[in-house]
Amino acid sequence: MIIGKISILEYYNLLNLNQDLNIMAKTIEEINEKIKSRKVVVLNAEEIIDYVKEKGTKKAAKEVDVVTTATFGPMCSSGAFINFGHPDPPIKMTKVWLNDVPAYAGIAAVDVYIGATELSETEGMNYGGAYVIEDLVLGKPVKLRATSYGTDCYPRREIETYITRDTINQAYLFNPRNAYQNYAVATNSSNRTIYTYMGKLLPNFGNANYCSAGQLSPLLNDPYYRTIGIGTRIFFGGSQGYVSWYGTQHNPGKERLANGTPCGPAGSLALIGNLKEMSPQYLKACTFHNYGVTIFMGIGIPIPVIDEEMVEFLKIKDGDIYTEIFDYSVQRRNKPSYGKVNYKQLRSGKIKINGKFVQTGSISSYPRALEISNVLKKEIENGKFYLTASVAPLPPEEKYSSLDILSKEEL
Amino acid sequence: MIKRKLVLSFPENIVTKPITYKLVKEFNLEFNILRAEITPNMEGKMLIELRGDKAQIDQSIEYLTDTGVSVQEAAKDIIIDRNQCVDCGVCTSICITQALILDSKSFKLKFNKDKCILCELCLDCCPVSAIKVYI
Repeated sequence: MIIGKISILEYYNLLNLNQDLNIMAKTIEEINEKIKSRKVVVLNAEEIIDYVKEKGTKKAAKEVDVVTTATFGPMCSSGAFINFGHPDPPIKMTKVWLNDVPAYAGIAAVDVYIGATELSETEGMNYGGAYVIEDLVLGKPVKLRATSYGTDCYPRREIETYITRDTINQAYLFNPRNAYQNYAVATNSSNRTIYTYMGKLLPNFGNANYCSAGQLSPLLNDPYYRTIGIGTRIFFGGSQGYVSWYGTQHNPGKERLANGTPCGPAGSLALIGNLKEMSPQYLKACTFHNYGVTIFMGIGIPIPVIDEEMVEFLKIKDGDIYTEIFDYSVQRRNKPSYGKVNYKQLRSGKIKINGKFVQTGSISSYPRALEISNVLKKEIENGKFYLTASVAPLPPEEKYSSLDILSKEEL
Repeated sequence: MIKRKLVLSFPENIVTKPITYKLVKEFNLEFNILRAEITPNMEGKMLIELRGDKAQIDQSIEYLTDTGVSVQEAAKDIIIDRNQCVDCGVCTSICITQALILDSKSFKLKFNKDKCILCELCLDCCPVSAIKVYI
């Protein structure tokens, strides 16, 4: 075992020195053979905790093949690419609205990207990009309106029609930042109620909200990204999707505990998957009052139990994962901290801030994440979901810059 | 003689003051405390029915507001739409009487109507609009 309070770079260096750890106890191919012959042993990320406690790490590494992790929470950095097909005469769409929600059309003639947080021009925060995506998943008709300047090859200047999931060509979600590895806790020290992406925060530390699947969360169960990488097949909104890249703001350098988990937002994933195969049970549009529209995404990632080291990571429980409390009433990039808490404390319903009891609320749904981990478990057991080795690892080092206001000379 | 059902929220610093007593003494009101909840180190909440002269009820509300009590009209009923709810639990942090809680084992949302004081704080906190009020 090489687990200790070390950074991700130190971890990889030690991993290279400890060659014996690189001799995998189990390969992805061997696990897939077991899936094929229906002999695979799969536990969800909650079940593995007690299993290791009872039988120990060695036995768990030998007997368990896969651990399913999952999360179901609002993830703003989400959206869909859509190709509508060409009308006659054709149009090079330059401005596009779906149910009055603007979509980005600065790509090829009938390709657009509709972002989850885009607001409706007629209904404001009551409707937006996330709702368009949900309506498409539900098979509901969506009004398409587009304008153009007209060209010799694309003479049409406007169009208004209706589309559904089944009339369009490709529709796939490409979410630039999902499945964040841990997140902050938000509270409010001011004397007025504030409305944030972390929900409604009552005055004078009236409540505190958090947002992570904790012990079920994919990247908290593989904190150094040993198995989850670019190309990993995942459960994505009910479909089989893939990790397409590391997510925006991917910040693996975040401070870590001895168990490898970071104490705040660290790694993240960019994900891709077919909207037409998704289910409304695992993808849901939502509105945070006075903040805006976003989308609950359901994600499940299977983690192959490649060796004992992996079991050490997978046995992580809510009490072992810490995050930091921040004051969201301070409207600055750096907010005052009120210390660290673990997810067991957060899930108990109250924590102490400045000696005062504060009720806590989760924004990420634990029951829905657990459901996803079980659905994925069943799919693997029934031979419907095979594991993939990653094509390339997530970067262990990445710059995390802020945006400064500079002149060209100051750059 | 009129009747009004109100939700009173007492901030921590005045929780221990005998405020409701003044409603009788100063404003000659009859009151019926339907539900009340005071949590140590936190706010106090009370669902109260006032009966009395309209002008005096209005004056009493002014008195309460001046003292630092926040006063709200009470709704009739709160309903959770289970088809919309995703069991995230964000509403449980808002609910001071803990009528809305997550089950300690399954972490699914539980709504205990008997504890609800109809303060309506939860209404605009639900991201999927699963909490509805019947007026």
